[in-house]
Amino acid sequence: MDTYANLAALVLAGLVGLAFVFALYGAVKLLAPSRPYALKNATYECGHDPLGEAWVPYRLQYYAFAIIFLIFDIETAFFYPIVLVWRQIGTLALVETLIFVAVLLVGLLYAWKRGVLKWD
Amino acid sequence: MGLIENAERPNFILTTIDTLLRWGRSHSLWWCNAGSACCSLEFAAMGGARYDMDRIGSGLVRASPRQSDVLLIPGPITKKMAPIFVRVYNQMPDPKWVIAMGSCAISGGAFRESYSMTRGADTVLPVDVYVPGCPVRPEALFYGLLKLRARVRGTSNIGLAHREPIYVPPDLPPEWEAEVREFLGEHEAC
Repeated sequence: MDTYANLAALVLAGLVGLAFVFALYGAVKLLAPSRPYALKNATYECGHDPLGEAWVPYRLQYYAFAIIFLIFDIETAFFYPIVLVWRQIGTLALVETLIFVAVLLVGLLYAWKRGVLKWD
Repeated sequence: MGLIENAERPNFILTTIDTLLRWGRSHSLWWCNAGSACCSLEFAAMGGARYDMDRIGSGLVRASPRQSDVLLIPGPITKKMAPIFVRVYNQMPDPKWVIAMGSCAISGGAFRESYSMTRGADTVLPVDVYVPGCPVRPEALFYGLLKLRARVRGTSNIGLAHREPIYVPPDLPPEWEAEVREFLGEHEAC
């Protein structure tokens, strides 16, 4: 009995919500003035005709640079919590930090060897 | 659809809904961002904490004419800018209003005799409210906004759709008529 009551409440809430949405969209459809014309639909660029393309090509190399930047970015972000607990952990913290740096360094060396760091 | 705007003549239901809509619109007038001169700084001051136009629902300054109701002209309109203002006005959705702010926008002000200036915003746009001052104080602009709200509340929108959709300034000076037409021309057919 209780389950049915809960279910009925759920269904009722769903129906009321659905009716509300339809009523609002219906009111907008009925009342909102809509007079589209070419000038109104034209791309807005501060009142001028748009210049050039909306899609601007970027050099693909920025992608590699962004990835390599992430190496240093994450490195710095992870160093701060280590510094906070440095006293409690001691030498182990230094060793773990160096391993972490070494792992990231391998990635950097790989990118370096592949010639990603060279711009041309 | 636009039940109100497309109506041929008013009846009780339409006018009641229209009154409700006008009341709502008057409390949510959004600006089109078109700062053409120094009065726009006084307009910016009106958005600050001291005057706070947000409290009457007009705090939103949109970067696109598609989302705005009021075109504020905060300064002189040069003849170069006139076609652009006409175009921006035509890109705003109906119903829309124009406020001319300051001496320059009303009559050309100090630049009236200049070779490059229009003699007031109403030579290119249908201005609803004129707010005098040089520059206009934020209080004065606020008063102008309240006047515009009264106008929005008091003007019926029934039959608005039968108006000409694209606004072309009626008495264009011949020397820059070509430029305005160029800005509108290729889009005129819809």
